[in-house]
Amino acid sequence: MDDCLHLKITRRRLLIASAVSASAAALPSLSGAASRDAPQTAAAPVQQRVRLRINGEVHSLELDTRTTLLDALREHLQLTGTKKGCDHGQCGACTVLLDGRRINACLTLAVMHEGAELTTIEGLGTPGRLHPMQAAFVKHDAFQCGYCTPGQICSALGMLDELRAGQPSHVSADLEAAPTLSADEIRERMSGNLCRCGAYSNLVEAITEAAGSRA
Amino acid sequence: MKPFTYERAGSPQAAVASAAAHPGARFIAGGTNLLDLMKLEIETPAHLIDVNGLGLDQIEGTADGGLRIGALVRNSDLAADARVRRDYALLARALLSGASGQLRNRATTAGNLLQRTRCPYFYDSDLPCNKRLPGSGCAALGGYSRQHAILGVSEACIAAHPSDMAVALRALDAVVETLRPDGSTRSLALADFHRLPGETPQVEHALEPGELIVAVTLPPPPGGRHVYRKVRDRASYAFALVAVAVIVQPDGRGRVALGGVAPKPWRLEAAEAELPRGASAVATALLAEARTTRENAYKTLLVERTLAAALAEARS
Ligand SMILES: Cc1cc2nc3c(=O)[nH]c(=O)nc-3n(C[C@H](O)[C@H](O)[C@H](O)COP(=O)(O)OP(=O)(O)OC[C@H]3O[C@@H](n4cnc5c(N)ncnc54)[C@H](O)[C@@H]3O)c2cc1C
Ligand code: SF4
Ligand code: FES
Ligand code: FES
Repeated sequence: MDDCLHLKITRRRLLIASAVSASAAALPSLSGAASRDAPQTAAAPVQQRVRLRINGEVHSLELDTRTTLLDALREHLQLTGTKKGCDHGQCGACTVLLDGRRINACLTLAVMHEGAELTTIEGLGTPGRLHPMQAAFVKHDAFQCGYCTPGQICSALGMLDELRAGQPSHVSADLEAAPTLSADEIRERMSGNLCRCGAYSNLVEAITEAAGSRA
Repeated sequence: MKPFTYERAGSPQAAVASAAAHPGARFIAGGTNLLDLMKLEIETPAHLIDVNGLGLDQIEGTADGGLRIGALVRNSDLAADARVRRDYALLARALLSGASGQLRNRATTAGNLLQRTRCPYFYDSDLPCNKRLPGSGCAALGGYSRQHAILGVSEACIAAHPSDMAVALRALDAVVETLRPDGSTRSLALADFHRLPGETPQVEHALEPGELIVAVTLPPPPGGRHVYRKVRDRASYAFALVAVAVIVQPDGRGRVALGGVAPKPWRLEAAEAELPRGASAVATALLAEARTTRENAYKTLLVERTLAAALAEARS
């Protein structure tokens, strides 16, 4: 009986299994996987208006309530700098700053953020005038394909604010002392941003330098 | 995702009244677990009640010297609170070992307690799962069960509760405060909050439909040395295979709670009496009723060794 069930599980399923459980790695979502057994809710799509302030500009949108903040940015406002990696909180590609704090835009609904202030990668710098964190990423070659980069940069900025506010992390030896900016602290605090290209060591260098210049 | 109507509740009373008026409604806090499951149509609420604006985001001292943590306090704010870092280090450590910086900025006290299992079959509607579809069977029993529970399990379900925070709260004797749709309030010891699967693994906690968590209270600080040790497949951003929470007093007495091994944070006060005899005696008492599968049998040894390491650290 054991083996019977084992055979039914394909390799892809096992990968998904490990992604949602003990090791949350970034993998494609299980799109539509649950539709067959789900109870039928007859309700028709519901539209709702929401006002968001994104990179200093106010947008009023009429959205299906199901629209995630990530899809609102990418599909409705064409702010495609924010990336969709996993759509399940497992990769950090969708990281944006909500009222200054870093969050995963894929795991929140747009309608939940009436009046909120959002900063995306588009709001940080321009090609001619890079934000110091962006400049440090370029200087230290902190990416290869660049897909995780907008999320890494937004996350790094949110992370540095948390560190300066004195928030401890899993690797802080003394919970009550002000945390210091070490490579270990950066690695732990940035663990919510995966990079499939493995640019990790250069990411640490870029963030360390930008932190020094008070990005 | 199934369509749903959405409302922002203005007060706890309004939130429970709305829940009573909308059968099948769910509260949404951080959304980091609920939306994940709604995308997969494992959760299909017809109405969402946003509880972020209820003013339940404060951490306050209590008259007896304890702490009252609002249901909507974000996990990152709770871990950074000076009183928590000083007096309830176990809680700060457990929170900081969970999820990622981004997720902790949204995840809330109540949502964390109510997050659902990460059993892979619960997520996969092509395979049987008694928790997702009662009566369909349990694919994990004969399947991929490396992460699953070894204590408190049943023939119907061997899923583990994934929360780190709940393990610390169990060791700290936390109490969950709620508001019911009829306006009455009640207090539930965390020990009685989560349910064992038995024959009804879909019933995971003691809350009634529409009952709102408003706060979690902690008794006065327990003192002693606090250690939360989490073993996982990578150094960060992964759920526990085994987690051990210990509080050790100068006289050698203490408390022990386990995560990653049961459908709820696991604590046996009787096993704590074995602390003077060492980790192996405590582990033997804790694991006396363990029921393992071929794939998760390693957890018994891992519990014993992690406990030994945690106790050594607490006594160092
Ligand atoms: C990739 C990933 C990795 C993670 N790793 C970890 C980890 O290592 N350790 C860990 O512990 N957790 C981990 N988590 C889980 C995370 O901690 C939870 O998703 C989070 O705590 C849920 O809180 P929330 O406020 O977002 O809940 P929501 O998703 O908003 O709600 C969860 C449930 O609680 C109910 N609810 C919310 N508030 C109330 C209330 N006040 N009263 C009654 N019911 C309420 C909702 O209706 C829903 O059923 C991880 C999550 C992800 C996505
Ligand atoms: S262990 Fe529980 S959650 Fe997992 S498949 Fe079995 S019944 Fe479902
Ligand atoms: S897209 Fe992967 S965390 Fe949001
Ligand atoms: S640069 Fe390619 S994923 Fe990070």
